[in-house]
Amino acid sequence: MNQFDYVRPANVADAVAAATAPGAAYLAAGTNLLDLMKGGIARPTRLVDVSRLPGLDRIERLPNGDLRIGALVRNADLAHDSDFAKTYPAIAEALLSGASAQLRNAATVGGNLLQRTRCNYFYDTASACNKRAPGTGCDARGGDNRLHAVLGWSEGCIATHPSDFCVPLVAFDAVAEIEGKAGRREVALEALHRLPGTSPERDSALEAGELVVAVRLPASARLFSSHARYLKVRERTSYAFALVSVAAGLIIEGGKIKEARLALGGVAAKPWRADAAEALLAGARAEPSAFHRAAGAALTDARPSGDNGFKIELAQRIIVRALTLAASGTPDRIPALPASPFSSLAGAIS
Amino acid sequence: MNLPIRLTVNGEPRDFVLDDPRVTLLDLLRERLQLTGTKKGCDRGQCGACTVLVDGRRINSCLTLAASHDGADILTIEGVAHGEHLHPVQAAFIAHDGFQCGFCTPGQIMSAIGLISEGQAGDDPERIREGLSGNLCRCGAYAGITEAVLEAQKNLTASKDSRKDSRKTERAA
Repeated sequence: MNQFDYVRPANVADAVAAATAPGAAYLAAGTNLLDLMKGGIARPTRLVDVSRLPGLDRIERLPNGDLRIGALVRNADLAHDSDFAKTYPAIAEALLSGASAQLRNAATVGGNLLQRTRCNYFYDTASACNKRAPGTGCDARGGDNRLHAVLGWSEGCIATHPSDFCVPLVAFDAVAEIEGKAGRREVALEALHRLPGTSPERDSALEAGELVVAVRLPASARLFSSHARYLKVRERTSYAFALVSVAAGLIIEGGKIKEARLALGGVAAKPWRADAAEALLAGARAEPSAFHRAAGAALTDARPSGDNGFKIELAQRIIVRALTLAASGTPDRIPALPASPFSSLAGAIS
Repeated sequence: MNLPIRLTVNGEPRDFVLDDPRVTLLDLLRERLQLTGTKKGCDRGQCGACTVLVDGRRINSCLTLAASHDGADILTIEGVAHGEHLHPVQAAFIAHDGFQCGFCTPGQIMSAIGLISEGQAGDDPERIREGLSGNLCRCGAYAGITEAVLEAQKNLTASKDSRKDSRKTERAA
């Protein structure tokens, strides 16, 4: 780990001022940043410890029905908040399917949003990687790439975004509140993460020194609580990143879908909102034929970036399974194996 | 750069001056306090051998800076027994062969204590296994570990209930 200055500002304004120095990085729990620093992938010269900034660890219901989640709320505290888990079950399930209990106890909401990819070539400083070292190339192309992107990738980068939490956040139209030198602004979660294009080194829409201070869920996100699931296929059932994951939410009236929300994880450099699939589901009967049509529409533009063509079929099957389980109703309690497609054989249709 | 910090470690207040901000909580415990029960396995948050409780919550001590925890209350494996009396989780690990080589065991036990206090797993073996998935055991003692945690959970819940009952009795008297 390189040497750095450590500062612990007393408030958001001081933190933003301290982070304008070149080479500065914000430190919250550090579960991703310290790992990157130990590997020599991140080499900040100043750490601005924001983990104790006052007022950012609250979950508040706003008068207009929105929910505001402070950026320093810990992943485990959010997932285990009983009101939250009841109202936003797919988000709680996604949180509990990520990492380990120890990491969820430490990791923050803001940090989860801004974690870096887990592409092995990004982590291996001996490999070419345009995200870590712009212009060096991409060893994941032609390498071991079965975990990599099938949507929105470029010749320069085929990495995926690793977050589970962000997938239902994107599905349910969450917004990030951001504080920077120029004051406060808001960015839709869907626009927060960037596709690689020709500048894969930039993961997000944040400018240097900007700090996520909260995530807001609109009142509309509450309407899906009776029919919402998150499913995640992994190489092992716990403590692994997604091969493919799906967040699905439905509003069903009289057997018909009034509105649908659908987003995919593990398939692109950002959580992938499936707008075309949502449009097909709206107005359709909540039955397998509609789910299959939606799944097909969601992956229309997918193409393998290497040995990962299997993800395109897998994603469609998991979409059908997630929609089937969501339609059958949110379980009373998050399953023992959160987000596992093996938890319940209900909905196991081809 | 000198950073003064105070921690309470296993009930004792300890003051330090960190001459290097890079010191992780794990390295502080092992190298400066000689509390080597907390193990350095992967040092990257993947194996759970370094699990300790910080303000009652289990975390990976390898992935956090000591400087970030100024004022915190730390519990390590050295602090869980009462003199010669093992913590119920320690006793259950012995009773159920919850280990072979023992390297991961301090982390397993601290993680199990955290799991039980979180109260999410109850007596469901599947939830216990899931709740301990952040602790790897290369010897593969998982079956014994699950049995141990089930028993410890039962004993701790029973003793909590009996303490509640005795308080009720006192009030009634």
